[in-house]
Amino acid sequence: MDIYLLEAIINGILLGGVLALLALGLNLIFGVIDVVWIAYADIVMCGMYALYFLYAQYGVPLPLACVITIVGVSGLGVLVHLLIIAPVLDSPPLNQLLATGGLLFFLQSFATLLFGTDFRNIGVRLPVLEIATMYVSFARLIAFAVGLIGAVALYLFLKRTYVGTAIRAIAQDREIVALMGIDQRRIYIVVSAIGGALAGLAACLLALQYDVHPFIGNTFGPVIFIICVLGGLGNMIGGFIAAFVISQIIAIGGYYGSTELSYVFAFTFFIVLMLIRPRGLFAP
Amino acid sequence: MNVTRMFLAIGIAILMALPLVTPTYFLHLMIQILIWAFIYTAWSLMGRFGFVSFGHGAFMGIGAYVPALLWSYWNVTPWLGIPLSVIASALLAVVVGYPCFRRRVVGHYFALVTLALSQVVLLSLVAARDITGGSLGFTQKTVGHSWYALQFPEKGYFYIIAVLLWLFGLLIWRWIDRGIGREALEAISEDEDAAAAIGIDVMREKMRVTVVSAALTALGGGILGQYLMYLNPETMSGIAVSLQIVFAAIAGGMYSLLGPTVGSLFTLSLTEGLRVWFGVNFIGAANTIYGILLVLFIIFMPRGILGLFDRARPARPRSPAPAE
Repeated sequence: MDIYLLEAIINGILLGGVLALLALGLNLIFGVIDVVWIAYADIVMCGMYALYFLYAQYGVPLPLACVITIVGVSGLGVLVHLLIIAPVLDSPPLNQLLATGGLLFFLQSFATLLFGTDFRNIGVRLPVLEIATMYVSFARLIAFAVGLIGAVALYLFLKRTYVGTAIRAIAQDREIVALMGIDQRRIYIVVSAIGGALAGLAACLLALQYDVHPFIGNTFGPVIFIICVLGGLGNMIGGFIAAFVISQIIAIGGYYGSTELSYVFAFTFFIVLMLIRPRGLFAP
Repeated sequence: MNVTRMFLAIGIAILMALPLVTPTYFLHLMIQILIWAFIYTAWSLMGRFGFVSFGHGAFMGIGAYVPALLWSYWNVTPWLGIPLSVIASALLAVVVGYPCFRRRVVGHYFALVTLALSQVVLLSLVAARDITGGSLGFTQKTVGHSWYALQFPEKGYFYIIAVLLWLFGLLIWRWIDRGIGREALEAISEDEDAAAAIGIDVMREKMRVTVVSAALTALGGGILGQYLMYLNPETMSGIAVSLQIVFAAIAGGMYSLLGPTVGSLFTLSLTEGLRVWFGVNFIGAANTIYGILLVLFIIFMPRGILGLFDRARPARPRSPAPAE
């Protein structure tokens, strides 16, 4: 096999790790609160800026800066829920979608206002590994590993803890859960915090690989949506697998064509698949 | 009735005569407001029945780029190019819409499939940068004043075209609203199975309104492209444009005839006003306020501006939950 193709495939797998992490966050929120956060990728953007300022501007040590970023974005998630989602919980699904769409406009423009449209890099130079004449970026390797760890941690949390069980219960049956003495509003806040924390973690991983700018959410936001839908909205394992399918299409498409074309392939694949299996790849 | 007609005629006459007295800048704004109002009206043909498409950015993009490219590379007149782009958009609407409706892709899923569609068109336009100029945009070949090329440096011509286009859009809206199709579509949006059970041809009704909506959006995109002469994938297609369309239609009120027009007037005046107010020193300030207003609108005025004056009609029930 062509060595460059192999390299593309490996990079695709590594990219899939971060996408899977983001898809998990979005899926968790959708599965439990039944709202699609169109602005999810832009919340990640906020996290990337936070990390940039903490680490590159104010000299906070990187691990500490990452922790602060994750906690901060988690708080932002709660804030978004309380200010924007909670008031529209009883509105039609469309209005919920659009409320977070308005947030997307706001975050992108506000970031432009505050930081300008410059591309900023946090300036961490990680080595590029050479494995059997293939080049694999160390940053991507870390992102992949941490992404997997995050996914496993989330899985254990949902399976092993009381709050996790309550979250899964809400996703299964919203009506009955109240009878079991679970406060839905509290769980919603917890879920928004976890969704935010996952976005913050992804922000730290992405900041190692990409420059930050106000519109970076546009580049991978739509990809996260199609991953979630492909896996079945709310189906976390499905979303996890779909993340690797899509990242492979993007990586291999990019190898044969241009970056944009690879995304065209991914989106077209998504549309065609949705028309064949409307409830996602792994629907029963 | 005759009095209403008379007022209507006078109103249109005043609107038509406006170029004689107004400054060019104002005319420029009016043309854009009217063309966008037409596009928003076209979207609301579907949106008001609960088929929320985020794919109209795709139809816009095709509508704007096909005639522009045909003209600039092969000297094909827009009089042919625009109909071609309209047909192409209608075909795309059939190709994507038919299986969507057949397989019952509804709610969030429909919104996200159509979102992907607008992204496909945007990225294709960027990827074909050898022809379209990519993200740098595309400037059409200019020939000065020409009916054949549909190019008029004098804004008055495009103003009249925009007014006629807008009126045409309102007529189509009325035609759908008055027809038996509206009742059928409302029934479908309430409960698809029940609608089918009483003998409504669900597929036909949905497809008809979808194709009309897509075709008109392409027409609007074509005219806008002819007017602006400069096309950019980001402002002519893609998710941003789709969101812009949905927001404006909802802000104005998508359930009434003039709602999308009010939305167009409101959003364009607002962005333009904020832009002038803040100047170039605060890039993003205008859109920041715009974003906040959008969120507030969705939370507090989900039926839009005209929805406020619409109290007489019973509040529309919560739109049906997507079948899952």
